[in-house]
Amino acid sequence: MRLLTHNLLSSHVRGVGPRGFPLRLQATEVRINPVEFNPDFIARMIPKVEWAALLEAADTLHLIEVPKEPIQGYERNEEFLRKMHHVLLEVEVLEGTLQCPESGRLFPISRGIPNMLLSDEETET
Amino acid sequence: MASRGRRPELRGPPELYYDKNEARKYVRNSRMIDVQTKMAERAVELLCVPEDKPCYVLDIGCGTGLSGDYLSDEGHYWVGIDISPAMLDEALDRDTQGDVILGDMGQGIPFKPGTFDACISISAVQWLCNANKKSDIPAKRLYRFFSSLYSVLVRGGRAVLQLYPENSEQLELITTQATRAGFTGGVVVDYPNSAKAKKFYLCLFSGPSTSIPEGLSEDTEEEKPAESTFTAERIPYRIARRGVVRKSREWVLEKKARRRRQGKEVRPDTQYTGRKRKPRF
Repeated sequence: MRLLTHNLLSSHVRGVGPRGFPLRLQATEVRINPVEFNPDFIARMIPKVEWAALLEAADTLHLIEVPKEPIQGYERNEEFLRKMHHVLLEVEVLEGTLQCPESGRLFPISRGIPNMLLSDEETET
Repeated sequence: MASRGRRPELRGPPELYYDKNEARKYVRNSRMIDVQTKMAERAVELLCVPEDKPCYVLDIGCGTGLSGDYLSDEGHYWVGIDISPAMLDEALDRDTQGDVILGDMGQGIPFKPGTFDACISISAVQWLCNANKKSDIPAKRLYRFFSSLYSVLVRGGRAVLQLYPENSEQLELITTQATRAGFTGGVVVDYPNSAKAKKFYLCLFSGPSTSIPEGLSEDTEEEKPAESTFTAERIPYRIARRGVVRKSREWVLEKKARRRRQGKEVRPDTQYTGRKRKPRF
């Protein structure tokens, strides 16, 4: 599971609503996987990124060189985009857990796949 | 899919149907790969995304990632969600470029609002129509799915869902829940006259209503005749005739034309037809 996906995931446990975000990440196994750089895509995803959550996740994974905030004119700043590309798309969490901030419910990550299945009682109707 | 006879949806829940064996067969079957890739191609075509614009796409029921691979080939980034661990394991072995999530679409899509530019689904949504647990109510699960899908798409985002509805009632159930969730759109049917090639694509828009594309059919050369719209509305005869004043010249001419159509003998229309007569007449 890449950090971009983690940044956009939200808990859908019953009663949680907009407070189901961001999911707290704990990782025991991480992998770096090179991905082709596409500046258009990165530039378009920057506005959707929740920076506090991203910085917290990057901190947990002990990543270096993570931009603290989007800089002015980021669409044309290739260095910034490359750094973001590395953080968002090239870092994969293989084993770990995600925790819903509101309900505390844990979602395990196994082989890079987060298990978001809910029980009947936890499902919103 | 695999066996003749009953539809796979009727044999039990998808996570049990798509076990390790079925998943392995699925991903090694060249006909399956071909069909799924073609449907993914058509679904992306119906999405009408601008060329050369990489999108963030949600793939519902991504399974082994066959449709996801097509998305990656087109330069898009995607996230897949599927309920079968066996199918997702096969996706891992195939080293797909998108992230995959183990989840149940009937429980909602666990993403922030406005995450995805578009969504596709190949051969998955019909699984929501069958209740596999006593507590399942298909309409509720469908509504939960569609309302959460509406939320995770950007405003004006599109979803194209290829599915195999069992019958027209099932299709209607699905479209009703989609409309309740706020989507506009319609069903595109490709090759409606062929039992084998017929494919249903539910095209949903989360913004203002636009026209849906035409379905493919075998005879593309001949010009399609203008279709009449069928409505259940019935206009009472009296109100249809309200525009015409009784006993006027217009009314007389219309009555004469009607009787001519009925085959009766009618005097020819002249300058004297329906002329006002003197009171003594």
